[in-house]
Amino acid sequence: MKIDPIHQFNIEPLFTIGHIGDHTIAFTNSTLYMLVAVALISVLMLASGRQLVPGRLQSVAEISYEFVASTIRSTAGAEGMKFFPLIFSLFMFICVSNLVGIIPYTFTISSHLIVTAALALLVFFTVLIYGVYKNGLKFFKIFVPSGVPIYILPLVMFIEILSFFLRPVSHSVRLFANMLAGHIALKVFAGFVAMLGVSLGAVGWLGGVMPLALTVALTALELLVAFLQAYVFAILTCIYLNDAIHPGH
Amino acid sequence: MAESHGEASGQKAGAHTEADGGHGGAFPPFDSSTYASQLVSLAVAFVALYIIVSRFALPRVGGVIEARQNMIEGDLADAQKLKDESAAALKAYENDLAAARSRAQAISNETREKLSAASEAERKVLEDKLTAKLHDAEKTIAATRSAAMSNVRGIAADAATAIVQRLTGVAPDGAAVTSAVDASLKGQA
Repeated sequence: MKIDPIHQFNIEPLFTIGHIGDHTIAFTNSTLYMLVAVALISVLMLASGRQLVPGRLQSVAEISYEFVASTIRSTAGAEGMKFFPLIFSLFMFICVSNLVGIIPYTFTISSHLIVTAALALLVFFTVLIYGVYKNGLKFFKIFVPSGVPIYILPLVMFIEILSFFLRPVSHSVRLFANMLAGHIALKVFAGFVAMLGVSLGAVGWLGGVMPLALTVALTALELLVAFLQAYVFAILTCIYLNDAIHPGH
Repeated sequence: MAESHGEASGQKAGAHTEADGGHGGAFPPFDSSTYASQLVSLAVAFVALYIIVSRFALPRVGGVIEARQNMIEGDLADAQKLKDESAAALKAYENDLAAARSRAQAISNETREKLSAASEAERKVLEDKLTAKLHDAEKTIAATRSAAMSNVRGIAADAATAIVQRLTGVAPDGAAVTSAVDASLKGQA
């Protein structure tokens, strides 16, 4: 019995769609789960009722809507509502795919850095382009905090610029690393149960109760992390967009 | 080989070295051969999601929420209006009641005064009438009494004449009898 906690992250091509240059574009398990997430969100948002007094599904849809809307309003102000569809899509996409990923034998899209990096770069360039489009050169005031003594201003500017360009890195690695580490930990502890049983017999199966309990606890934790990381991703997006909307701080 | 690939990619190599015996490829998140597929998938899926969300999902759910909000606000406004109306009606009723009560008070006072004045006048008239009657009666009594007294004098004189005649057999002088009766009446009176 061997624990292979990495196997779950394998990208398995189901069929090939085509080629772009040297790259083969395949319909993979990742593609499948992305479409599953899109489908689940669509069902939630479009198939729920329109009652005056909402049912359960409708409540979930409305709570998601109001949750994201209030997050944007509180961090980026009313003008941030321009980006409501983007932030709502990001939040729901990450949240739903993370939650689906907790189900055993499924694939977690956000456990791949390329995906989280692509999403983080999408946010980064949205902020950069919108910030320059909206404020012109004034946008770059975000690198020059007001009220800083002139002799340390160059240092502060250097740090501000560095942190601005490192944003997509921290933004993407945070989500990716959380999902990856969580799933590895889950797999390792779940693997212990079987490993103990196989190698030690009856005593091992009894001893396996402990890693099993840990697996259950970790699953609960992962549910929290799945939601929380989606929320963190969304709220950071709001904060970054706030810079583009109000660059003066 | 997988080892070196993971290290080169830089991150999360620790997790990878531990248990990567099962398959030959690189640590999957750093296997760049899958990047193109993932990026294309993500682009397609996310653009589709964005269009669905911005065109259909958010307007729909937002509309439902807004309709509910409007309905609640409308209902609250209606309730407030009805409440104001009922408060105004209550106020008007209280005003009317107070006015009616003061009017009733005024009418009853007026009536009482009128009645008491009327009864007072009636009493006065009656009293005057009774006083006059009393006066008349007193006059009548006095007249009757004096008449009776003069009759008594006559009778007494006749009786005295008759008694004297019977006792003496001689008819007394009328004037003497009369003066005697007068003297006795005076003595008695």
